[in-house]
Amino acid sequence: MYETLSTFAQTGGLLIFMILFAGVLAYALWPRNQAKFDAAANAPLTESDAPETSGQNEDEIHVR
Amino acid sequence: MTIAQGLRRAGNDPSTAAVFLITILGALWSLFAAAYAPDAAMRGQSWLILGGFLTGIIMLVGTMAGGGVINDEREYNENLIKAGVIATMFWGIAGLLVGVIIALQLAFPVLNIEAFGFTNFGRLRPLHTSAVIFAFGGNALLATSFYVVQRTCRTRIAGGIWPWFVFWGYQFFIVIAASGYIIGITQSKEYAEPEWYADIWLTLVWVVYLLVFLGTLWKRKEPHIYVANWFYLAFIVTIAVLHVVNNLAMPVDFFGSRSYSLFAGVQDALTQWWYGHNAVGFFLTAGFLGIMYYFIPKRVQRPVYSYRLSIIHFWSLIFIYIWAGPHHLHYTALPEWAQTLGMTFSIMLWMPSWGGMINGLMTLSGAWDKLRTDPVVRMLVLSVAFYGMSTFEGPVMSIRAVNALSHYTDWTIGHVHSGALGWVGFISFGAMYCLVPWLWKRKGMHSKALVDWHFWIATFGILLYITSMWVAGIMQGLMWRAYNELGFLEFSFVETVEAMHIQYIIRAVGGLLYLGGALIMAYNVYRTIKGDVTEEDENVVPQTAAIPAQ
Repeated sequence: MYETLSTFAQTGGLLIFMILFAGVLAYALWPRNQAKFDAAANAPLTESDAPETSGQNEDEIHVR
Repeated sequence: MTIAQGLRRAGNDPSTAAVFLITILGALWSLFAAAYAPDAAMRGQSWLILGGFLTGIIMLVGTMAGGGVINDEREYNENLIKAGVIATMFWGIAGLLVGVIIALQLAFPVLNIEAFGFTNFGRLRPLHTSAVIFAFGGNALLATSFYVVQRTCRTRIAGGIWPWFVFWGYQFFIVIAASGYIIGITQSKEYAEPEWYADIWLTLVWVVYLLVFLGTLWKRKEPHIYVANWFYLAFIVTIAVLHVVNNLAMPVDFFGSRSYSLFAGVQDALTQWWYGHNAVGFFLTAGFLGIMYYFIPKRVQRPVYSYRLSIIHFWSLIFIYIWAGPHHLHYTALPEWAQTLGMTFSIMLWMPSWGGMINGLMTLSGAWDKLRTDPVVRMLVLSVAFYGMSTFEGPVMSIRAVNALSHYTDWTIGHVHSGALGWVGFISFGAMYCLVPWLWKRKGMHSKALVDWHFWIATFGILLYITSMWVAGIMQGLMWRAYNELGFLEFSFVETVEAMHIQYIIRAVGGLLYLGGALIMAYNVYRTIKGDVTEEDENVVPQTAAIPAQ
C-alpha cells in the first residue's frame, strides 16, 4: 500500500504538476492574451468610486 | 457621497438570523463552561468568552433595531474597511509594544517579574508573535482584501452581515487567544498556540471569510479577476487548510481548555513546520503580495510592470512554497531525503521571490521621482526591497550547512524581523497611509513630514535590529560549536548568553524606534481622520469616477 502510494506520488505527482505548470506558462505567455492582460493590469487605475450596477453605468460598460 | 440618504438596509435577513443563532449557541456553551470546566483557567476564561458573545448579541439587536445591516449595491462597504484600518493600527501598536517589552526582558532578565506568572517571557512571547502576525497582519489583510476585492470587481462585498461577522469574529478570536496565553492556556505549537475551542471559532470565521470573498468574486462586474485577488484567495484557502490540519486535536473535556494533538513525534514536528513555514508563505507573503499588487500600482498611477510576470509569480510561488517546510527540521529525526526536499524547494523559491520583487519595483519605471517626493511610495518600495532581501536570506539559511550554524540562534530572529518589520510592516503601513485619506475622503495625510519621520525612524530601527541579530546569532552559533584542544565544549550556554548582552540592548533600541514610528503614524492617522488636513497631497489621487468616453 505504502509502496503503491509513494510510487504514484513520486511519478504521477511529478507529471501532473509539470503539466499543470506548463499550462500556466502557456496561458501567461500566449501572445493572444496580451490585450486581456493589458486591460486587467489597468483595472486598479480605471476604477470609480461606486460599484457598477446594472443600468446605471451602461455607457461605461459599452465603452469597455 | 450624495446617494448616502436612503441607503437600502437588509432588514432581518437570513444572514443576521444565522449570526444571531451562532452568538446564542456560543453564549450557552461559555455559560456551561463557566459552570462545568474541569480546569480553573477555563472557568476564568469562559466568563470573558461569555462577555464577548453577549456583546455580540447586543450589537446584533442594535443592528436589527436600526433596520438591519446596510446592504446597498450602489456603494462600496467602506465602513468595514475603516474598522479594519483602526483595528490594524491598534493591534500593531499593542503587538510592537509587547515586542519591546520582551526584548528588554531578554536584555535585562530582572524584568521577568517573578511575582506574577503572566509577565514571564514564555507567556509574553506568543502574545507578541500572535499580536503582530495574526492581529496586526491579519487585520491589515482583512481590511485591504475587502477593499481590493470590492474595487477591482466593481461590486459591493457579498453576504449581508457576514463580512461584519468575519471582522468582529476575528477580533474576538484574537482576544480569546491572547487572554489565554496570559493565563497559561496554550497547546505549545509555535504560531498555533490557541487551544481547540479558539481554533474551532477561527475555523468558522475563516470559512465565512472565504465564502464572502468567493461570493464577491462571483458577482463581479469585471470579467477578469485582478491578480491581487488571486494572491488574497490563495492566502485565505491555504490558511484554512493549514489551520485545520495542524490543529486536529482531541479535547480532554468538552468544557475544558486542554486538548491532545492527533499527531505525535516526528509526524507532529513535520505537520507543525508544514504549517509554520506556510504561515510565512501564504499569510506573510502571498497575502501581502496582494497588497503590493494593488497598492503600488494604484499609488504611483502606473499599471503593474508585467502582468504576465505576475501570473507566473503567483503560480510558481503556489507550486513551490508548500514544500519548503522541512528545512525547519534539519538534523532531526525527519528522514534526510525530506530535509533535502525542503532545502531544495527553498532554494527554488528564489525565482518567484525575485521575480515578484522585480515586478513590484519596476512598476515604478517612469515614476522613480516619486521616491523623492512621496514618503508613502518610499515606504512601499523599501518594503519590497526587504521582501527581496529576506527571501534571499531565507533560502541561504535553509541550506543544511548554513543551518548547522544559524539554527536555534538569533540569526533566525533577525531574519524573521527583516521580513516582518521590513516587508510586512512597511507594506501594511504604506497601504494604511493610502487607505486613510481615501476612505475618510481627505486631501492627504495630516502631515506628510510625520510620514517621513515615521519612515526614517522605523528604517533606522530595523537596521539596528537586524544587524545586531546577525552579530549575535553568528557569534552564538560559533560559540556553541567551539571545542577546546581536549575535545570539550569551549563555552557554557550561559557564557553565550552573556556575550550577547550588548546586542540584545541594541535590538531593544531598534524595536523601540520601530514602535516610535508606529506611534507617530497613529497620531498622524488620528489627526487625519479628525479632519485636520491643511496641505493637499497630489499623490493622494482622488478616487473619482473615470470619465466615460462619450
